[in-house]
Amino acid sequence: MLYDNLSLGFATASTLANLGFCFIGVLLGTLIGVLPGIGPTATIAMLLPITFQIGDPTSALIMLAGIYYGAQYGGSTTAILINLPGESSSAVTAIDGYQMARKGRAGAALATAAIGSFIAGTVSTFLVALLAPPLTGIALQFGAAEYFSLMILGLISSIALASGSIVKALAMVVLGLLLGLVGTDIYSGTPRFNLGIREYSDGLNFVAVAVGVFGIAEILRNLEDEHERSVAVKKVSSLWPTREDWRRMAAPILRGTFLGSALGVLPGGGAILAAFASYTVEKRVSKNPGEFGKGAIEGVAGPESANNAGAQTSFIPLLTLGIPANPVMALMIGAMIIQGIVPGPNVATEQPALFWGIIASMWIGNVMLVVLNLPLVGLWVKLLTVPYYVLFPIIVGFCSIGIYSVNSNIFDLYSVAFFGFVGYVLVKLRCEPAPLLLGFVLGPLLEENLRRAMILSRGDFSTFVTRPISATLLILTVAVLVVVLLPSVRKKREEVFVDDE
Amino acid sequence: MVIDRANALCGAIFIAFGAYFGLNSLGMELGTPFRMGPGFFPLFLAGILIVLGLVIAIQAIRVEGDPIGSFPLRGMAFILPAPVIFALTLKGLGFVPSIFLTTLFASFASTRMRVPTALALAVVMTLFTTIVFVYGLNLPFRLFGPWLGQR
Repeated sequence: MLYDNLSLGFATASTLANLGFCFIGVLLGTLIGVLPGIGPTATIAMLLPITFQIGDPTSALIMLAGIYYGAQYGGSTTAILINLPGESSSAVTAIDGYQMARKGRAGAALATAAIGSFIAGTVSTFLVALLAPPLTGIALQFGAAEYFSLMILGLISSIALASGSIVKALAMVVLGLLLGLVGTDIYSGTPRFNLGIREYSDGLNFVAVAVGVFGIAEILRNLEDEHERSVAVKKVSSLWPTREDWRRMAAPILRGTFLGSALGVLPGGGAILAAFASYTVEKRVSKNPGEFGKGAIEGVAGPESANNAGAQTSFIPLLTLGIPANPVMALMIGAMIIQGIVPGPNVATEQPALFWGIIASMWIGNVMLVVLNLPLVGLWVKLLTVPYYVLFPIIVGFCSIGIYSVNSNIFDLYSVAFFGFVGYVLVKLRCEPAPLLLGFVLGPLLEENLRRAMILSRGDFSTFVTRPISATLLILTVAVLVVVLLPSVRKKREEVFVDDE
Repeated sequence: MVIDRANALCGAIFIAFGAYFGLNSLGMELGTPFRMGPGFFPLFLAGILIVLGLVIAIQAIRVEGDPIGSFPLRGMAFILPAPVIFALTLKGLGFVPSIFLTTLFASFASTRMRVPTALALAVVMTLFTTIVFVYGLNLPFRLFGPWLGQR
């Protein structure tokens, strides 16, 4: 069964066109991941509109997935070479990777990151293939009440994994949910919260919200203080790790892979947590923990594997339940909806080629990344020297074209400016943008399932606790909240995220 | 008394959003839990948002936090209007002049940008996007619009 599915997947993913899209995605992702100042979420948000021009949804999603892990890879390259993590999950890589680079071992660090990511990617792709069908089976039994509870669990977990104040993260989720409701009420057709503007009656364009909150806000943050980036390494030589390196990286890669695979499934950015957790574990089991922070190869191998594995397994909740585990997955949901696919457990049965094609393309994409990244490191290093002030006008231009082309709606461009401003101010006030975007995507789904569940139960709120699966999910939610609010965990959490800043 | 200005402002923003959504929801049919109207769920959420905003604002009184820091006013003045410029000129001027102006305008967000560089950048960007989006991806843009006498 698994074999049949995987072979269907590989047959789909290895058509010439799809290989091409996967390649373009991976290349674009790496390119933009390497360019400083924009992380994977902003990258995908910006490139999303381009993928709409591709007619076939499978190809479009394969390309998007490629952009996602391409950007992850690119992010670790900048983390190692200029100590500037492209995204928070490679912040950990920067700690020891940059030190290795300063000691003239940039090549080995980059190779370790690539090899670790590849092994992690391979194992976790297999895990996705293995776990997705049974989970889909469970999900097919979900009714409206279960979906509602599941989304609540997802939203609350995303708060637990966000850095900073829990109350603020919660407020960001609620604000996101409310913004998601802008448009027209599906049951009664009543226009809601659209300021009387007819162009917003289909709701706020989520690409505009995502680009504003992540892309524009990030540009503004980079403009706060413009300083020269110093590239520690002008030339990378001796990519191949030594025998000693191989011996030292093996165990951390395996531990990182399993840690990452497990944590990646959690909603709310498991990849980041996975990287931090792996670093902590490696430091603890190491015979000489003093070496960490001064260029320990284990400190690169573990977290890099963990974050890649986490990135991969975060597709599990998306593909099986239609619930995003992180903002990038929220963007994928948006992409699916625009392509006319309803995300959820039915995708696997109704569109097996798409479902398994995406899974297989993940592995193919990982192979491409290893082949692509190591030989091209010289080119990436050159790219790092592109000054930022040249980059952001280009980014703004592309964003404008991209957002307009989603719906040909002029008003979406006003939304970008507005959400760029609001997003930036909120980030300045130490609020995380990720929960807002998750809330925004889930808002309409949450309301719809709530209303449907209430109609089915004839207005009885106890339906959420009397149905066993729903009750279990809600108990988990409460458990997550309690754990996060425990004083000891709170303290630990603050410590973990201190490095993140 | 110490006030954490970041948190005070943050709380105020959330309360303001909550008030906007809440008041609008009240103007709509609320319905019953059995058959919820369009205002039911948003009103509930708006209530939560206001409460959370209050909590954040109250916390601001007790602890002193880091200062908010300066805002990149120049950056904001040139980045945020750029998409709006694109929006306002696209239909009238057409794609080519519109993307040129948008990129050129955004360029000046950085103090390091010099006029010749900005012009060169805008020209290259215009050429590239015209080739990729209009000719390559066949997006339905008009190259030049009615304001320039094109029909």
